[in-house]
Amino acid sequence: MAKVRGAVVVDTEACKGCSVCVVSCPKNVLQLNKQVNSRGYNYSYMANADECIGCGNCGLVCPDSVITVYRAKE
Amino acid sequence: MSNINDIIKPENLVYKKADALSDNIMHYCPGCSHGTVHKLIAETLDELGIQDKTIGVSPVGCGVFAYNYINCDWQQAAHGRAPALATGTKRLMPDHYVFTYQGDGDLASIGTSEIMHAVNRGENITVIFINNGIYGMTGGQMAPTTLVGMETSSSPYGRDISIHGYPIKITEILAQLPGAAYVTRQSVHNATAVRKAKKAVKKAFEVQGKAIGTSIVEIVSTCSSGWKMTPTGANEWMTENMFPNYPLGDIVDKSKPKQEDLEQFPLK
Repeated sequence: MAKVRGAVVVDTEACKGCSVCVVSCPKNVLQLNKQVNSRGYNYSYMANADECIGCGNCGLVCPDSVITVYRAKE
Repeated sequence: MSNINDIIKPENLVYKKADALSDNIMHYCPGCSHGTVHKLIAETLDELGIQDKTIGVSPVGCGVFAYNYINCDWQQAAHGRAPALATGTKRLMPDHYVFTYQGDGDLASIGTSEIMHAVNRGENITVIFINNGIYGMTGGQMAPTTLVGMETSSSPYGRDISIHGYPIKITEILAQLPGAAYVTRQSVHNATAVRKAKKAVKKAFEVQGKAIGTSIVEIVSTCSSGWKMTPTGANEWMTENMFPNYPLGDIVDKSKPKQEDLEQFPLK
């Protein structure tokens, strides 16, 4: 079976670090970064990028629409 | 194991920001349900292709700046008067899609009269109703929809029914009116709920296109700042406490009318 891999691109400047995407991720890919953006929020990033399946849940629940999701079969 | 940059290509795109949303950074607090609902409206406008003939009516409340975020025509109503403004707009421009975007302090409190009569007349408008149980913009005061025992900044010992009465289920009241064509209650706290809410918002606009009455989508929402919780904690609190009082699901759906419904409440 072909492995499906996904990738999440976060607009780090617009992210407010609400962590709604973190709890919605079924594979625990996303975490809040220890770094902050220019407005002082700990933005979301792919801490565990190899596990991402590109399901799109994080993009769906993001209140600020900062997440873009990609998916490819290997 | 391929490089992550090999995946990030336009042909692999699964989900992106809706085209009808502007690039302005929203002023809402982190995790606010308003942003998710804005996104659902924008996606609906994209999918139905009605962005250039949609007129929104923004309320008084946090949602007042909705016109900065969704790229369609907008009006801004006095507190609670959005359904009255939408009535006039829709009657003057019946080929346009008109929707109001209201909170619970706006729709269920000061605007009760306007929404009741707009629905009773069966105006062909769509009402997006955000219910978070408090007045979020002014600092989390008690609203008519506040749950019994819920602590707010103006009811610090919890809502007491002997003094403040019961939380009003305005959507159920509106559902009884013959002019309501589609009434539903949804939520946006997780991906499943967002998908269902998206379908509901889209259906509400489609019902407006059929001109069979008012379509109302209530979104049970969080106000993490007003509730003094974290965004994810507020979502959990809402699941435990709001949903038993405000159960999710369709309440009225006349988009495919049954014969007995038509006899009881003939549509225009």
